[in-house]
Amino acid sequence: MTAALDVQGLTTRFATRGDAVTAVNDVSFSVEKGRILGLVGESGSGKSVTGFSIMGLIDAPGEVSAGRVLVDGADLRGLSDEDMRKMRGSKVAMVFQDPMMTLNPVLRVGDQMAMAVRVHRKMSKNAALEEARRALDTVGIPSPEERLRAYPHQLSGGMRQRVAIAMALLHSPSVIIADEATTALDVSIQGQILAEVRELADETGAAIVWITHDLAVVSSLADDICVMYAGRIVERGTAQQVIEHPRHPYTKGLLESIPALHAPGTPLPQIPGSTPQLSRLPQGCPFRPRCPRASDICTTVPPADTVDGQTVLCHHPLERP
Amino acid sequence: MTEPILKIENVSKRFTRMPGLAERLVGKVVGGGKPVTVHALSDVTLDVAQGEVLGIVGESGCGKSSLGRVVAGIYAPSDGRVTLNGKPVAREHGGNIDKLTTQVQMIHQDPFASLNPRMKVGETLAEGPRYHNIIPARDVAARMRSLLEQVGLEGAYADRLPHQFSGGQRQRVAIARALAMEPEVLVLDEAVASLDVSIQAQVLNLFMDLRRDLGLTALFISHDLSVVRHVCDRVAIMYLGRLVELAPAEALYADPKHPYTAALFASVPTVGTGKRRFETIKGEIPSPINPPSGCAFHPRCPHAGPRCRVEAPRLTEAGQGRTVACHLNDGGVEVAA
Ligand SMILES: Nc1ncnc2c1ncn2[C@@H]1O[C@H](COP(=O)(O)OP(=O)(O)OP(=O)(O)O)[C@@H](O)[C@H]1O
Ligand SMILES: Nc1ncnc2c1ncn2[C@@H]1O[C@H](COP(=O)(O)OP(=O)(O)O)[C@@H](O)[C@H]1O
Ligand code: SF4
Ligand code: SF4
Ligand SMILES: [Mg+2]
Ligand SMILES: [Mg+2]
Repeated sequence: MTAALDVQGLTTRFATRGDAVTAVNDVSFSVEKGRILGLVGESGSGKSVTGFSIMGLIDAPGEVSAGRVLVDGADLRGLSDEDMRKMRGSKVAMVFQDPMMTLNPVLRVGDQMAMAVRVHRKMSKNAALEEARRALDTVGIPSPEERLRAYPHQLSGGMRQRVAIAMALLHSPSVIIADEATTALDVSIQGQILAEVRELADETGAAIVWITHDLAVVSSLADDICVMYAGRIVERGTAQQVIEHPRHPYTKGLLESIPALHAPGTPLPQIPGSTPQLSRLPQGCPFRPRCPRASDICTTVPPADTVDGQTVLCHHPLERP
Repeated sequence: MTEPILKIENVSKRFTRMPGLAERLVGKVVGGGKPVTVHALSDVTLDVAQGEVLGIVGESGCGKSSLGRVVAGIYAPSDGRVTLNGKPVAREHGGNIDKLTTQVQMIHQDPFASLNPRMKVGETLAEGPRYHNIIPARDVAARMRSLLEQVGLEGAYADRLPHQFSGGQRQRVAIARALAMEPEVLVLDEAVASLDVSIQAQVLNLFMDLRRDLGLTALFISHDLSVVRHVCDRVAIMYLGRLVELAPAEALYADPKHPYTAALFASVPTVGTGKRRFETIKGEIPSPINPPSGCAFHPRCPHAGPRCRVEAPRLTEAGQGRTVACHLNDGGVEVAA
């Protein structure tokens, strides 16, 4: 079966003031229909740039310098700007942390959704509004007819984010990329939206990439998890594998530092040092200065993928259970 | 229990302002251009004992920061009072607020915004103690270096500017700056919220060390339930400006009594529970401009009855040093009193 989204060797660089940084470095993963892939990592690890690269939204001084992005088997790279624009919104759609990146503040929700429908499909305004209403319904918006008449600022933050998700759904895209889509929301509202997203993947068959820094969110939402560090995917596996039996020292360190897993008041295991700057990465393994398992080889040779069901980018991965 | 050093008694805080465009459009506000009143805090009563860390939890806009600021003497309460060792922390006269204490220090979420970008960190640390004559002038430099070491930084960092520090280091500097004032009470407002997970653990460990070494008393404000559970002795849950539940942390997490607390706990994703379905709280958080009648949680509460729509529940005892503001704990939801 072809994956809905197949990313191979994706590499994105930014050339700023002489020194170039590789924000996304040889990233590969695939997502099948109806599955949710959680892409986790700390700030600056390259999650958003990965999302933007897939969407063809990298502008100069940035450049996707290598890799393939296959959606339903067709490569998006090499498409003309015009063709890529057609893909966006119809085959691949993105949801951002701030819903106002998607919504136009001066148009009623219904009008802008109807416009978005008619960009890609010929139909009457009323038919388009009906599509919009159905999309709002799918994401659990109460009394959708009323919301169609509202302006974005008349809605709460949670409601605006649902509208942005509904917009993403309008053309039944094969792939939806959500970048920190619930990070700014309250937990009760986040819980509602995560529940909707899970159902949505099951019902519409969309392949979803859920980008977040929150391990708890991906561990409850995602089917598969990719952990990013300094632009690379350092570990990839099913949610259960990665959460219950992490094999990369970084993943293990992250999970161990979560307070919920320790008796109250006890010292938390901590990863020493700080998140690295891409312009000053050490030779060899980028995690080496913080890694408890590092050996000589880690200082000189960058680790390559070790694949045995669970991919680990490490010279000394933790034992398989 | 030891005598409380910090007393928050029947504190309300109201803000009056002109309605924004959005509010007028949504029609949350009746009467068009008239000023609206936000009920940020309604009749909050809390004691904090010497050496205690009290967690303050709730969703956005429920009044956590307002409570922190009232305690720090940055806001004066509209009603009620806050006293530290029996003395008020602030006084209001003619619309101005006099902060009466340096003994309560606040640490904010964004470690960058709270440091002067052009001032060497050592200078930033020394500013407050020098101004308030807390440390003799000749001891300042040495004291600042030892403070930096106490928060896990090198003394030599005193000569650096804030942008030369990482987020976690800047939060350490912010903690050192608060400690430099030799406070009796710290108010940490989402102090680890903007830090990466791996750095958050470092700062939480530092906080727990300092607490043990210095016997700190603190209000620990956070929306992160697992962080609060880890560092707090007691926890106060707030909803729309009101205290709805107060309990020792362990008891609260084992058995949340207020329907809002229970629902909040159930809607939080946790690592490794294999939980694939979220229990969700229905509905949205109401506006503090026009809070629901009776129990403010009633439009979202699965247990709400007729009494909840008309009568606001009082905080009542619920055993084990716990209090809950819910009719279920006070005669039931059926009859209106
Ligand atoms: N200076 C102010 N002027 C007007 N309204 C204010 C002011 N400070 C707070 N408020 C209002 O009081 C209410 C409580 O705000 P507060 O900042 O205490 O919430 P919070 O619980 O800290 O929220 P968050 O989790 O988003 O930080 C909100 O409705 C807020 O808009
Ligand atoms: N437009 C840009 N120009 C230069 N560098 C950038 C740009 N966008 C992102 N980067 C860099 O790429 C890296 C990854 O960023 P990002 O994907 O936004 O991280 P994340 O989403 O994981 O927090 C960071 O080091 C960031 O500074
Ligand atoms: S390659 Fe070496 S330094 Fe890198 S994570 Fe593995 S053990 Fe640690
Ligand atoms: S008082 Fe009524 S509405 Fe409020 S929490 Fe209790 S049962 Fe629910
Ligand atoms: Mg990002
Ligand atoms: Mg706040």
